[in-house]
Amino acid sequence: MKANRFWSWLFLILGIAYFVLPLIGTVEFSLKMRRGEYSLDAYWAVLADPRFQATFGYSVMMAVATIIAGVVLIVPTAYWIRLKLPHWRPFIEFVTLLPLVIPPIVIVFGYIRLYNTSSWLPLTGTAAGTNLLLMFGYMTLSLPYMYRAVDTGLRAIDVRTLTEAAESLGAGWLTIMWRVILPNVLVAVLSGAFLTFAIVIGEFVLAALLNRPAFGPYLQLIGANRAYEPAALAVIAFAITWACMGLIQLVTRFQKHTMARR
Amino acid sequence: MSFLEIANLQKDFGGTRVVKDFNLAVEKGEFVSFLGPSGCGKTTTLRMVAGFEQPTSGVIRIDGRDVVNLKPNQRNIGMVFQAYALFPNMTVAQNVGFGLKVAGRPKAEIDARVAEMLEIIKLPHLAERYPFQLSGGQQQRVALARALAVRPQVLLLDEPLSALDAKIRVSLREEIRAIQKKLGITTIYVTHDQEEALSMSDRIVVMNEGRADQVGTPFEIYNRPTTRFVASFVGTLSTLEGRVVDPAAGTVSIGDSTVSLGYRLAERQAGDAITLALRPEAVTLGRDEARGAHLSGTIRDVSFLGSVIRVRVAVGSGTVSLDTFNSPSAPPPEPGDLVTVSFAPGDLLVMED
Repeated sequence: MKANRFWSWLFLILGIAYFVLPLIGTVEFSLKMRRGEYSLDAYWAVLADPRFQATFGYSVMMAVATIIAGVVLIVPTAYWIRLKLPHWRPFIEFVTLLPLVIPPIVIVFGYIRLYNTSSWLPLTGTAAGTNLLLMFGYMTLSLPYMYRAVDTGLRAIDVRTLTEAAESLGAGWLTIMWRVILPNVLVAVLSGAFLTFAIVIGEFVLAALLNRPAFGPYLQLIGANRAYEPAALAVIAFAITWACMGLIQLVTRFQKHTMARR
Repeated sequence: MSFLEIANLQKDFGGTRVVKDFNLAVEKGEFVSFLGPSGCGKTTTLRMVAGFEQPTSGVIRIDGRDVVNLKPNQRNIGMVFQAYALFPNMTVAQNVGFGLKVAGRPKAEIDARVAEMLEIIKLPHLAERYPFQLSGGQQQRVALARALAVRPQVLLLDEPLSALDAKIRVSLREEIRAIQKKLGITTIYVTHDQEEALSMSDRIVVMNEGRADQVGTPFEIYNRPTTRFVASFVGTLSTLEGRVVDPAAGTVSIGDSTVSLGYRLAERQAGDAITLALRPEAVTLGRDEARGAHLSGTIRDVSFLGSVIRVRVAVGSGTVSLDTFNSPSAPPPEPGDLVTVSFAPGDLLVMED
């Protein structure tokens, strides 16, 4: 029994060390910009860089657009599959998993080939068109996470009976989606949204190859040319991701009607 | 013309016909129960009235209007589900007022109606609670208030008490019936619980394999079942195999005994096999000359049910069940005892196949 516990603790400590040591190293390195003492100089340098503000702002905007478009597409789809087409679920689940096995590089080359300026839909010909294409790309990358989060949320409620109850009270489809289904899967939608946010903020391949001024390519550029700033940026990106995870927890905790489910 | 008319209703799922040529006319303010075992088509029929299932053929009219092609949200029906189906993100008051809000009623009217409904279900103090903060019985009362708040033309209840414990079930069924009578709302109630159907309904439709086997008042259904299925499904029934002795005189033999039914057995010949049935409460233990008919047999088993003792007596090839009151001063009979049971010949039911 005692031996078992020793090995459990040992593997736990090894696991934590594997994740935490590089992080501590990065944080420590990011604070060593000033010779001989710790300082936040690298952070100030990064935050003061107009390119940081521009690229981070752009990626946040793209993340918000991706989340809105994703919710509009995925919530009704997952709802409809659950309500009317349950036999389609395995197929839809397979489709939602494809982005995990098809590398982003393949997706983006496909996009460039299909939507270049000489194609019938030349989206890459304009900045707005390319932004749209990038948003669709981000939607594809976040599809497995968003769909699963929403589907799990729908599983927790009796979709069919709630829909029928609302229908019998005179509600149409839009009212049912907006007032009954969405509020009850909001926590799940937000989980998916924060995951999407984290993916978009750190994404490099799509943005770089579509030549858009996103945060990922900026991270790469700084990493190639500076010493301490990349470490500071990595810590900032990490903090943003953790803040997203924390927000998921907070939203879940403060949603009154979900308290009973926890 | 009846308020709710269902004519020649049929429903197929795949190649299986689950509702077969169903006909029913319900008067305004009437409480009708669909009673039957699982899979008999009662819920499917109710869901066709609600609009959640499209009939394969047939007509459903509410107040003279054919509703078959109307969507559920256009039918003006109220529905209460077994699983309560309260919206988890809304308070009790918001749940009750949902239908009125959807209909675009003014806030003052919604507030007044919600207050009225919460008074009716005796839960005005729980208006701001969420569904997860309520017991099952309270949730179902809120679901009833929500369904009634929109003043539907027809109230449909799909096994609303099945998920509740026995004590709450009894009190809530009395409450539902009282509210239904007070509001005078036409109601269809689906249940597999015969006690619920018998105690609440103006009329009962006993369903079997997609068909309405018998439609009648609870008294008729219980005392004059017309089919073997209705007789066996509603209440406890002892069936006895006998033979016709004299069809004109209405005499039949059961085991070693001959019993006169007191009426002519039409379309039967002497020697024909006949299935007869008796309710436990129609039979007494011992020879009671006033009852007029007697059978001899051997006690097979005795079940102590508290205030009542159920005795099963083997008679010929069948078994007669009877109930006697428990008396602490008199010990119950023992299995193996030779006894006589008595009943009035008029209580003997002749079963049609």
